[in-house]
Amino acid sequence: MSYLEINAKTTPTGLRKILYLNWPLVLLLISVACIGFLMLYSVAGGSFSPWVEPQVKRFGMGLVVMMVIAMVPIWFWRNMAVVAYLSSIALLLAVHFFGTVGMGAQRWIDLGFMRLQPSELTKITLVMLLAAYYDWLPRERTSRPLWVLAPIILILLPTFMVLRQPDLGTSILLLASGGGVMFLAGVHWAYFAAVIGAGVGLVTAVIQSQGTTWQLLKDYQYRRIDTFIDPSTDPLGAGYHITQSKIALGSGGWSGRGFMQGTQSRLNFLPEKHTDFIFTTLAEEFGFIGGVSLLGLYMLIVVFCIAAALATKDRFSALVIMGVSLTFFLYFAVNMSMVMGLAPVVGVPLPMVSYGGSVMLVLLAAFGLVQSAHVHRPR
Amino acid sequence: MRRNPKELDGTHRTLSRRALLLGGLQMVFAGGLAMRMRHLQVDQADQFRLLAEENRINIRLLAPARGEIFDRNGIALAQNSPSYRIIIVPEDAGDVDKVIADLSRLIRIGPKDLERAIAEMRRSPPFLPVTLADQINWQEISKVAVNAPALPGITPEVGLARIYPRKDDFAHVVGYVGPVSDYDLSQIADPEPILRIPRFQIGKVGFEAKREDVLRGKAGAKRVEVNATGRVMRELDRRNGISGADMQLTVDAELQGYVQARLGNESASAVIIDCESGDLRAISSAPSFDPNLFVRGISVADYRELTENTYRPLANKTVQGTYPPGSTFKMIVALAAQEEGIVGTEDTVWCPGYLEVAGRRFHCWKRGGHGNVDLNTSLKRSCDVYYYDLALKVGIDKISAMAQRMGLGVRHDLPMSAVAAGLTPTKDWKSRNRGEDWLIGDTANAAIGQGFMLASPLQLAVMTARLATGRGVTPRLIKSIDGIEQPDGAGVSLGLNENNLRTLRRGMYSVSNDRRGTGYRSRIIDETMQMAGKSGTSQVRNITAAERASGVIRNSDLPWKRRDHALFVCFAPFDKPKYAVSVIVEHGGGGSKAAAPIARDVMLQALYGGTPPLAAYPKSDRSRIKSQQERLERERPARQLEARDRA
Repeated sequence: MSYLEINAKTTPTGLRKILYLNWPLVLLLISVACIGFLMLYSVAGGSFSPWVEPQVKRFGMGLVVMMVIAMVPIWFWRNMAVVAYLSSIALLLAVHFFGTVGMGAQRWIDLGFMRLQPSELTKITLVMLLAAYYDWLPRERTSRPLWVLAPIILILLPTFMVLRQPDLGTSILLLASGGGVMFLAGVHWAYFAAVIGAGVGLVTAVIQSQGTTWQLLKDYQYRRIDTFIDPSTDPLGAGYHITQSKIALGSGGWSGRGFMQGTQSRLNFLPEKHTDFIFTTLAEEFGFIGGVSLLGLYMLIVVFCIAAALATKDRFSALVIMGVSLTFFLYFAVNMSMVMGLAPVVGVPLPMVSYGGSVMLVLLAAFGLVQSAHVHRPR
Repeated sequence: MRRNPKELDGTHRTLSRRALLLGGLQMVFAGGLAMRMRHLQVDQADQFRLLAEENRINIRLLAPARGEIFDRNGIALAQNSPSYRIIIVPEDAGDVDKVIADLSRLIRIGPKDLERAIAEMRRSPPFLPVTLADQINWQEISKVAVNAPALPGITPEVGLARIYPRKDDFAHVVGYVGPVSDYDLSQIADPEPILRIPRFQIGKVGFEAKREDVLRGKAGAKRVEVNATGRVMRELDRRNGISGADMQLTVDAELQGYVQARLGNESASAVIIDCESGDLRAISSAPSFDPNLFVRGISVADYRELTENTYRPLANKTVQGTYPPGSTFKMIVALAAQEEGIVGTEDTVWCPGYLEVAGRRFHCWKRGGHGNVDLNTSLKRSCDVYYYDLALKVGIDKISAMAQRMGLGVRHDLPMSAVAAGLTPTKDWKSRNRGEDWLIGDTANAAIGQGFMLASPLQLAVMTARLATGRGVTPRLIKSIDGIEQPDGAGVSLGLNENNLRTLRRGMYSVSNDRRGTGYRSRIIDETMQMAGKSGTSQVRNITAAERASGVIRNSDLPWKRRDHALFVCFAPFDKPKYAVSVIVEHGGGGSKAAAPIARDVMLQALYGGTPPLAAYPKSDRSRIKSQQERLERERPARQLEARDRA
């Protein structure tokens, strides 16, 4: 029994909970989603089909899911953490055996009414489980090697399963958000320093080994790295995405070409213009001002989450809120870095904007957790 | 269990601290993203905008309509006719195989075309049209159009194709067009981009090739917006091309048609030049070929038939073929001698049948000799000895100079392929080109248009026109370009003594109209149109002393290739020359027998501007001429394509 349950008496009950929702956060999410609708309308050439309509429906459904989750006390979700985690592992296994192959990877389970992407779900359940773990773990054990190893295994298990699909983007997000929760929970910084040091060492080794007898990667993998570093070496091959994306972005200029006037996305020069590369359309049509505004909205969401996390005294709540906001942050940070040519193309959507059901539903469910934590915070 | 508030505070402080730290890092990262955005969108915006435009805009060339070619009366010799083709857009067709199967039940699709189309479809994106069948006729097109609903993705398309309605008649004059080849491109210093349009056609041979500059026109262009896969989304703007200039030639299509038919399947050529203007009224080389075959892409079998034919149908003999002019050259020798004052009208030469020159016997064609011969008789009866004698007195250099003045040995500037210069040898020429001294025997040979002397039918016609007028008539083929009349070739006086010319003309008159003249049998009876001519028979082999001793082998007993060339030149009417004609029948035998009748018929046709009345012919010939006229009239329709539907 935690601190929270003891103070249950002070939390609002029934429909009154709605009044206690973190409304600014809700409004921010809605405005970001509306920007998404606008962009999907634009890339469809000024049409509600094929993307805007399903996206609006999913967003509506997601809002309902968020509200329902928000109404349920946060301690229930804490108790459900293990079950949720195990379910998503089971789904990952299921996708491995029964999943639908799409875009060269096995990611979906077709549920009939929607296609579920368990890897997206895992991002949240992992955060929940780690938050619950650190809520349960006495503080003095937090940095003990054995107790550090356990969450690492919990993180690596789904990471590898997702990596096998293969979905590099989601694996990186899982790894980063899991690590982030561990960091927030107070695991000694030396562990992180060691991991980062090892990572840097590995990258150096990989790069240094190129052309030597102990070469660590295959030649084509090096070529991919080279292409990422300088896309112009292969403008119509692997570098195509990045080159075209930068052209679209750059041609937007200060204030953009105007709504529905982006030639690059309209004429299909942009790959995946309605999903991973939707930001380029926004940047082309609304320019630097539009791009920075969206970034600003995203950062406001993150800031509101951090404020909510600081406001609660419950460890699980704070960790979940921070974990969710970190995951959210990672989504848009990686996506934007990718389209701006700062990171390799790994297939991470722009949260709440890119077309896609699973991500939107999962993110809104995650914000449901944030709301629940906010509503049921000890007062 | 209730936790120690102190412990709780401690963990919470760590969490808060780290949450703020993380938030700070996130802020820094977001700031970095904003900086990057600024860098791309503000600092480098111009550069990227340029790249975006390059991506988006594609320039498509529009082929201009090629200039059309007409004869002097406005009859089309080369025109652009709508050509239908069937294209398929695989994307719209859906089941391509089924659609093609349905289509081939309606029209015939060549297996080669089909193979090429399928290969092309495999290569190109599905929205790009692929040609299934080309050069489809109207009936087939309408069949396809009627069944259009059952043939998704199939569209009939109209383009312009070059057609030559007069078929064989103008193959050598007008030439033909064909698709641009790599060889063509390599020949052009700075090829216009238009040449790279698929299916674009350029002049390959003849007039089409020579006046490509004006016929082609200027390409237009349209700017289109394309998407990443090259699909045209919309047209941004369009600048239409400028059509090529229409050309009017001096030739008369009807006359040319007659001449071509009259030459028939002989390996022969004929040129009719207007003495007053230099206009080439007809310039025919036989046998000919159908240039339309080349436009569509000639089959290997057809092409081999043309190249392996011993009569060389592809060669334009009128300007490319050079022959020893034989006795038709005698006027030049006589004129040179007259102008030098070496010979008078009354002077005679004794012809015993040969002349001894530097220890070698030069024979007259008449074994027994002509006896006492004056200038008029020498022409009329074509005595060789008279000219050996004259030439030796004048010298080769003066003869060649006169020949050049009369239009031999010079390349006439005509827009036709491979116009030959022929050859009028001089002493200097021989030492330069052969490294040998000029021999006196060479002069004797040149005197009768043999030896090194070479002339084309065009040059002989020009020579005759100059003799007839005394003016430097130059041949003209282009009457007008885009309605602008081109300068004529009437020429100015050559400065020759008119009396000398008159003597020569009278000699030529005797050839045709004197009972003993070599061309008497091919005379014109009509008093107002009497002609003056000169026959020529040029040897293509040496007659050995042994053969001469045992009797010269008759032409009909020789293989075709070794027979004499038959030549005839003439002008008419005698008192007011209108046309000059030259005819050469390769290996045709005697000029008076093989070439003169053709020249006469052609001349009459030209003078009358159509089929001449039988009264113009000698009585004895009329029945033969009548049946000949009827035969040519019957063959006529086969020589033309159906007139274009102008609707």
